[in-house]
Amino acid sequence: MPIWLLNTLEVSINGLMTGVLYSLVALGFVLIFKSSGVFNYAQGVMALFAAQSLVGIQTGQVPFAHLINAITGLHVSRFGFDVPSILAIILTTLVMVVFAWVVVRVIMVRLVNQEPIILFMATIGLAYFMEGFGDLMWGAELKSLDVGLPSGGSFWIEDVTAQWAREGETYWGMYVDTLDIWATVIAVFLVAGLTIFAQYTKAGTAMRAVADDHQAALSVGISLNRIWIMVWSIAGFVALVAGIMWGAKSGVQFSLSLIALKALPVLMLGGFTSIPGAIVGGLIIGMGEKLFEFAIGAPFLGGATENWFAYVLALLFLVFRPQGLFGDKIIERV
Amino acid sequence: MLYREAGDYKTSYTDDAQTFPIKLDRWWYYAVVFVAFCIVPFVLTDYTVNAIMLPFLIFAIAALGLNILTGYCGQVSLGTGGFMAVGAYATYKLMTAFPDLNIFFIVILSGLITAIVGVLFGLPSLRIKGFYLAVATLAAQFFLVWLFNKVPWFYNNSASGQISAPERTIFGQAVTGPNAEPWVAYLFCLIFVFTLAWLTRNLTRGRIGRSWMAIRDMDIAAEIIGVNPLRTKLSAFAVSSFFIGISGSLFFAVYLGAAEVGEAFGIQKSFLVLFMVIIGGLGSIFGAFAGAAFMVLLPVFLKIFFVDTLGWPTDIAAHINFLIAGGLIVFFLIVEPHGLAALWRTVKEKLRLWPFPH
Repeated sequence: MPIWLLNTLEVSINGLMTGVLYSLVALGFVLIFKSSGVFNYAQGVMALFAAQSLVGIQTGQVPFAHLINAITGLHVSRFGFDVPSILAIILTTLVMVVFAWVVVRVIMVRLVNQEPIILFMATIGLAYFMEGFGDLMWGAELKSLDVGLPSGGSFWIEDVTAQWAREGETYWGMYVDTLDIWATVIAVFLVAGLTIFAQYTKAGTAMRAVADDHQAALSVGISLNRIWIMVWSIAGFVALVAGIMWGAKSGVQFSLSLIALKALPVLMLGGFTSIPGAIVGGLIIGMGEKLFEFAIGAPFLGGATENWFAYVLALLFLVFRPQGLFGDKIIERV
Repeated sequence: MLYREAGDYKTSYTDDAQTFPIKLDRWWYYAVVFVAFCIVPFVLTDYTVNAIMLPFLIFAIAALGLNILTGYCGQVSLGTGGFMAVGAYATYKLMTAFPDLNIFFIVILSGLITAIVGVLFGLPSLRIKGFYLAVATLAAQFFLVWLFNKVPWFYNNSASGQISAPERTIFGQAVTGPNAEPWVAYLFCLIFVFTLAWLTRNLTRGRIGRSWMAIRDMDIAAEIIGVNPLRTKLSAFAVSSFFIGISGSLFFAVYLGAAEVGEAFGIQKSFLVLFMVIIGGLGSIFGAFAGAAFMVLLPVFLKIFFVDTLGWPTDIAAHINFLIAGGLIVFFLIVEPHGLAALWRTVKEKLRLWPFPH
């Protein structure tokens, strides 16, 4: 194969891997939007908070250490023990469940029947709140997250692909991060698990019923509150997985919460109400922005086109198909 | 008792259609305008102008603009920061290209340029609605910021990539630049705020404003009764962007003096202005001012309380600032989803009957 083709292939593969992470965040959005009609802007901050909590629990940090120090004049920082990764992940999941319960009980229940824009604003307020809360609880500094997933370039892929180049050309092989491969595998399992849960369990059926029609679900005896808590917990768990992947890749810091913004065009492309849409949309956006940057952005436009390409792509796409790829058809009546 | 319409007789249609039909409201309004123009400039200090007054006035303009688009016409926009950047960069280019042009006209021209850009980015609104549109306006936000970062023409090839406002005067008084007196900057912004608020009020109760509201309430129904959606939506985008452009222009030229696009006009600004509009109350001019005052004053108060009074480190104060701001936003939405303006209406209703509520 010629080198330009190999390079393009490498960029596409890496783009697909990034797309998987976008899909994970978008998935959390779709789950909540389908079941409660809330457009949850806080999804990105949830990922950040989950990752912060995971690191905090793993390394045995004292919660609110800075605050305690400021008020009492003590100098506490750590408990002095480490928690194994698996246990830390379980504990963090519990934290996210408690968080889901609080959000539904304190905010969502009181905002039932409000206009979507008000609900959206409330989740932005929630995002600000959690950002402050997470930083206050675990500290705002850049943390490294390590749950034992392998990372770094995969030598095997590099060696194999190095031989694909034509005779006489120097080609060093493709760089594909092992972590990305793991992320993809885990994401596939997560989506499969969610699908099985939604299709074949009682709770999953109830969840789909709520997504279909609130009133009808209520009238057959499904508790909306319980389903909402469940859905927010699942979204919290998905956020945790996304937080682990992203945090292991580039550290746990504020910019992690900005992946929520990247998930928005993914949602637009795939449709707000479709789980397959979120996944396909994520892959298209991830690959599209990397390829655009590689082929047009970096050589001709001065680079950093990844900041806006996804939005412009989604915008152009929507002009021709306003409900996204897989979204429910928008029917309006007067 | 304290606030009533009884005894306030109107004998002509003009009287009946005035902005403040109740006498007390009218006097209250005259008093506020009088204080703002004739008393405040004499008691200003450097700190109050830079920390409170200028941000309040400038963001009030932006909130008025976004309120026209979101509150009156129902089109949610997250591109406010990007449009403010257009206003700022237009001001910079005009200031450096035409040194003799009066700063007043430069600000107006920047607003007009932003209006054109706003209409361009408003075009998709004819096809896309609701949240899809909100996300689509993010395209404007990120694309514009990227553009001003990457194309050296916009910042005259300056090495730092920053733009800085040269000194310009009106009637011999410096308005921009480091030598500007606080009261001059204040009055300059106040004149814009006053005129634009007056303009908003009169636009929104006329034909254009009513067609905006018709589109907001139900676009298909509005179309059926003969409201042209193309003209209505694009005019809302144009007027709103005009306001936001002026606020961006003032923000850069009068308030900041020097700006770097990603920091001064990032996505955070878009959310900030949207918060002002929502907390103040959608579709209310008073709400735009109340929301702007709230969001500007909150961090100032929190900083005074935590850092200056309790002596906590600034980073903890910053986290608590986020926490309280977010919490308050959620609290307000739960207590009164229609914002401070609706609270104010309730208070007035109570005052009307006070002290005999039955």
